[in-house]
Amino acid sequence: MDFEPSDDQLALQGELRRFLADRVTSEARRAVADLPGAVDRDLWRELAGLGTFALTVPEAAGGVGLGLADATLVFEELGRAAVPGPLIGTFLGAGLAAAGVDALAGAATGDVVVGLTPAGAPAWVEHADALDALVVVGDGGVTLTGPPTGGRPAARPLDPLTPVHVLDALPAGEPVGGPLAAHRLRTAAALLAGALQVGLAAEAVAMATAHARDRIQFGRPIGSFQAVKHLLADAQVGVEVARAAVQAAGVELDDGGDEGSPAAHRAVEGARIVASRAADRATRTCVQVHGGMGFTWDLDAHLLLKRAMVLDVGVGSVEASVAALAAAL
Amino acid sequence: MRLQETPDERRFRRELRDWLDATLPTLPPEPPFEDWAAKRDYDTGWQRRLYDAGYAGISWPTEYGGRGATPSEELIFLEETERAGAPYVGCNFVATLHAGPTIAAEGTPEQRARYLPPILRGEHVWCQGFSEPGSGSDLASLRTRAVRDDDHYVVTGQKIWTSHAQVADYCELLVRTDPDAPKHRGITWIVMPMDSPGIEVRPMRTLTGESEFSEMFLDEVRIPAGNVVGAENDGWRVAMVTFGFERGTAFVSELLGSMRLLADLVDIARKTPQGGATAWDDAAVRSELTTIAADLDAQWALTKRNVSRAARHGNAGVGGSVFKLAYHETRERMGEAALRLLGRARLAFDDPTGLSPRHLDHVEQTLYALSLSIAAGTAQIQRNIVGERLLGLPKER
Repeated sequence: MDFEPSDDQLALQGELRRFLADRVTSEARRAVADLPGAVDRDLWRELAGLGTFALTVPEAAGGVGLGLADATLVFEELGRAAVPGPLIGTFLGAGLAAAGVDALAGAATGDVVVGLTPAGAPAWVEHADALDALVVVGDGGVTLTGPPTGGRPAARPLDPLTPVHVLDALPAGEPVGGPLAAHRLRTAAALLAGALQVGLAAEAVAMATAHARDRIQFGRPIGSFQAVKHLLADAQVGVEVARAAVQAAGVELDDGGDEGSPAAHRAVEGARIVASRAADRATRTCVQVHGGMGFTWDLDAHLLLKRAMVLDVGVGSVEASVAALAAAL
Repeated sequence: MRLQETPDERRFRRELRDWLDATLPTLPPEPPFEDWAAKRDYDTGWQRRLYDAGYAGISWPTEYGGRGATPSEELIFLEETERAGAPYVGCNFVATLHAGPTIAAEGTPEQRARYLPPILRGEHVWCQGFSEPGSGSDLASLRTRAVRDDDHYVVTGQKIWTSHAQVADYCELLVRTDPDAPKHRGITWIVMPMDSPGIEVRPMRTLTGESEFSEMFLDEVRIPAGNVVGAENDGWRVAMVTFGFERGTAFVSELLGSMRLLADLVDIARKTPQGGATAWDDAAVRSELTTIAADLDAQWALTKRNVSRAARHGNAGVGGSVFKLAYHETRERMGEAALRLLGRARLAFDDPTGLSPRHLDHVEQTLYALSLSIAAGTAQIQRNIVGERLLGLPKER
């Protein structure tokens, strides 16, 4: 056993972190809201160029040939930068393309933006105006449809960087997988949503910690007060635990083979639950530590908080993980 | 990031499992509640068996008679012994995990030869005389005085929270040898034989009803000057050296035990009638127990992270503080869930109705969990450590 990231893994993560710190600044992120469907297609292709979407596609199929454990590191960085767009959908779309779904062939290169949504009506579709394809995951299987049309856009989406359209019903679409494929997609989506939330949580703690060091009240930095320090410590504990859980689940999934071991599935559901709570705690703490400014639109704290809320209810939702883990106890 | 075991680790686990299967049925019955002499015999008897089988001093270097196991092997050892229901370290805790490693690191060759082999063989029990009534979180403010008198120190003062003092042979004692120096620089680490005249041990009863801890009153106790480990007035550093050995394994038995408690609570929920169904059919109960299970699983992943970090860098850093904060919070929630499920069965420590399928004592465990945010660094001190060392926030003063 050696559950520390390898040098290669640290390099992969470090390269992406530096790229995103430079490319997805606070201003750049907010500017994406004005683009159709809030997806920056140039950024999408640049991320694809770094291997983001084809990370777990086998090298023989033109991918990077890494595993889901590596993907948790990459998605933590995407979460830290709060990159807007259907990241999980495009990542899973590249995997489907490698498995023979030709319509999604451009996902790996970032040319095809793939949405992902749970089956059911009404359907709340994220980033609808940016999508080239939509993967719909239900208990019975996976279907693929074109860009959704005819939905009503929400005038005030919860996360300004995650626009939503509400459709009375999704088009029937073309079946691209059965219940097993649906289960696999749901599992991978749960893992990656957890990894994104770890990144969001880590960024929230970092942002609040920087503020607590700089902000002077009563003649000293507020971070020296235990009332503030302990809030941040608790949030950081959540991040550390969730990060270990998400990465361990990725390793277990990679080790479990095609079917995935029961231990791996249990690890994913648990990590999903823990990451969601860590993100909730950290992003709320970030608002609190910033005081009145934390409650404003101008500060990025609310973007982290809201993205964490969005991620709880996608394919691979927290509620589904609670149900799945309860069944395994 | 690799969770799979190496062939060596697999072999270590297999051999240990075989040995446990063969050995555990030959153990004597567990000692009665509060019979500390019997507890000493039981625990040291287990230590002797470990010694004979080559598992004593699992993490100690081989040059001092230990096994020199890697942190991963130590994790496997703790995992297998817990799962097999083997005895805990018990009375041997201070000797094998604190005083012994300190002497191995800081003692003279004579001190090592004198104290270490009997510890490994289960012949000597040690206790720890660090905390005082006026010195808890601020340990360095301790006031027990040691005055040099020729080739002895004469020690007077009071210690508290001394585990197993009533059955110990030696005490690792921190004393103030220079009252005028800054508080961290006037402390000395010394070995006190527990049969020295002038020691009075008064057991303290904790809120769970047992008396593992004692107060220890020292009245002009004469200790040979040769018993000092390290230099005079260098005792604070000597005491802290052991914390550098922390390999992320301190709470492995605790955590695995908690996973058993949780599985037991799920079984209790499944057989507790509630509104024409069972408590487990209540979504709120199910969600709470499931979330606790997710927490414990995540803390197991964190333990593997800490152990791997220790294997690479020598110690787990602040990982231990992170773990403790996460773990005590989960145990508090687990206690609340347990009491809710038990209902009126919480009214007794024992389980006259046979509610617990694994015969675990949830009332005692719920109360015991209160100590997890106090012992070995309160949660408040741990949060300071995480806030200051991990996040880099400024100190309060």
